[in-house]
Amino acid sequence: MTEKTTILNLPEDELVHPGNRACAGCGLSIVYRIGLKALGRDTILVVPPSCLTVLQGLYPIAATQLPCLNVTFASTAAAATGVLGALRAQKNESTIVAAWAGDGGTSDIGLQALSGACERGEDFIFICYDNEAYMNTGVQRSGTTPQGVITTTTPFSGKAQKKKDVPSIIAAHNIDYVATASASYPLDLYDKIVKAKTIKGPKYIHVHTPCPAGWGFNSRYTVKLGKLAVETGLFDLYEIENGKFTLTGASEKLIGKERKPVAEYFSTQSRFRALSEEMIDNIQKETDAKWAEYNKNAS
Amino acid sequence: MHIIESGNVAAANGVKLAKVQVVAAYPITPQTPLTEKLSEFVDAGEMDAQYIPVESEHSALAVCIAASSAGSRTFTATSANGLLYMNEQLHWAAGARLPIVMCVVNRGIGAPWTVWNDHQDAISQRDTGWIQVYCSDHQQIIDTVLKAFYLAETVNVPVMVCYDGYILSHTYMPFDIPTQADVDKFLPPFKPAYALNPGQPANLNTVTLPDIRPDVRGNMAPGYMEIRHNLHTDMRNAIDVMADINKKFENVFGRNGNPYIEEYKCDDAEFVAICLGSLSYHLRDVVDILREEGISVGVMGLRLYRPFPDQAVRDALSARKGVIVFEKALSYGNQGALYADIKSALYAAENQPTVHNYILGLGGREIKTDQLVECLRNSCTQPETIDDTPQWIGLKL
Repeated sequence: MTEKTTILNLPEDELVHPGNRACAGCGLSIVYRIGLKALGRDTILVVPPSCLTVLQGLYPIAATQLPCLNVTFASTAAAATGVLGALRAQKNESTIVAAWAGDGGTSDIGLQALSGACERGEDFIFICYDNEAYMNTGVQRSGTTPQGVITTTTPFSGKAQKKKDVPSIIAAHNIDYVATASASYPLDLYDKIVKAKTIKGPKYIHVHTPCPAGWGFNSRYTVKLGKLAVETGLFDLYEIENGKFTLTGASEKLIGKERKPVAEYFSTQSRFRALSEEMIDNIQKETDAKWAEYNKNAS
Repeated sequence: MHIIESGNVAAANGVKLAKVQVVAAYPITPQTPLTEKLSEFVDAGEMDAQYIPVESEHSALAVCIAASSAGSRTFTATSANGLLYMNEQLHWAAGARLPIVMCVVNRGIGAPWTVWNDHQDAISQRDTGWIQVYCSDHQQIIDTVLKAFYLAETVNVPVMVCYDGYILSHTYMPFDIPTQADVDKFLPPFKPAYALNPGQPANLNTVTLPDIRPDVRGNMAPGYMEIRHNLHTDMRNAIDVMADINKKFENVFGRNGNPYIEEYKCDDAEFVAICLGSLSYHLRDVVDILREEGISVGVMGLRLYRPFPDQAVRDALSARKGVIVFEKALSYGNQGALYADIKSALYAAENQPTVHNYILGLGGREIKTDQLVECLRNSCTQPETIDDTPQWIGLKL
């Protein structure tokens, strides 16, 4: 990555209006505010049903200063393709098309359309804000809900299955840019979106997005918990550029270092209350194995 | 230029002449040759359009919805289960008031699988807010595609151009391909009321509340119910708009035809057979045979199914002794959908004919002329003897 953006040179232009309908402490509000700054005004957004639909406001009032097309749940990437098709037909090669979906809209119902668009090589940026459940409908499990998490559809024992690795699925389409980011590292997110704008073809950015209401923590800890997910090595910040995997930012700094225990992250959120000691041990072992691989590759 | 080609190629030529900018499609029998032809036009540089080979019909209509929202003229085509897979997108396109044109190459729906023709696919989607026009021959297909763009862009309602799978899509027939110059005289370029534009941002298809709400300037904006009412009203207005478009089309191309009902030997007919699609041309032979027997019968092909041209139907049928509705679709547990619509239109007529309902040709079951002759003869000679339940033609229980 070239020159890193700092708080001093982040654009002052605000493209999201205050007083929108996000919950207090919403991780998405950080991601959205910073994301739109990075995308800039010459952008068309495509949004399926998600918390973002609500955040953006109820008709006829909108909280965003960018043109936005709300589309059906399964069709986000196909709709982005349609906007691109129209722009190409109109000889417009400058406007950025950004699809912006939640984890359910990306990893579950929207995956087929996203896979199709990636295979076709559509020139768009797909941003998935991953709050790890269907939060807009009231915290139901999704494909990216981590193992053991209590949701309203995994109410007592927690989710039995593991989190779906969407960035790897998208990377398997051999697109030029896949990245992960976190609401807690907004400048890293900003730089990744800015970089994505310079690359032709499909770009996918998966953003870990804490949700106080869905995860069960005090809304003042949004940033702290997002950081803890990275510091424990559970959620990693990386880029896959032209097939090359590189840890970035706070995750890069963890290479060869001791990470915080995953139990520390789990103890901060009520959604993890069904995790047994044994399950936590297993997750710690899996995380250690993953990081052993990272450390080996880095050396 | 007159050529002999298939119905699918007639449709493709209409799309090319309409200067469609974005085409998205997913292959399904019997629509496939239509989209193959379009990809051929685009790849050969004969058509300046974006051809987007999507991974599903749901995405095909998503592409059209988004491209139309961004200000481009768009087209897609499908059949049967492909149309059903689009279902939520059909409602979305109509609700968003996008002038998309789609060819529906009519085919029966699974399960069990059938690739053959009937009308259950389009009829089952009649309440999605799309205009539905049915064609009986290849000339009507190419002409209707051109008129469909004009109509859709005038009333801001999407249009389905329906024609029979195989019977029209894969058979060869002579038809006239108009010149580009004439088409340009008829069909102006697409000028959307609003198109997605960073210079003039708007948030389209946002969440509405049950009641109306003020905008940021304090002006009340229509709510969900007003938006639905406007769609209905504009669809009703489309009936008159179609007549105007037909006149304009005649001025340029010298051919026309009634936009609602195509009549054959109906002037003096005591009895009238009525149906959708190419079956009406098949029934012309049947009418000729029965006329020779001295039976006063004619046939009407209904061109427009939604919005339902109830006044035109009433005017055409109310003075008759009997009306016989032939349908390749069924509202299970009730009657043929067209039958119910026609009876409803005739409820306000002073002289109500008896109305009979025949279901036939489902899943491509062969429709034999002698079967049609027998059924139509029965209905014309014993109009009171058949009750309200649909009679099945060619059923082998």
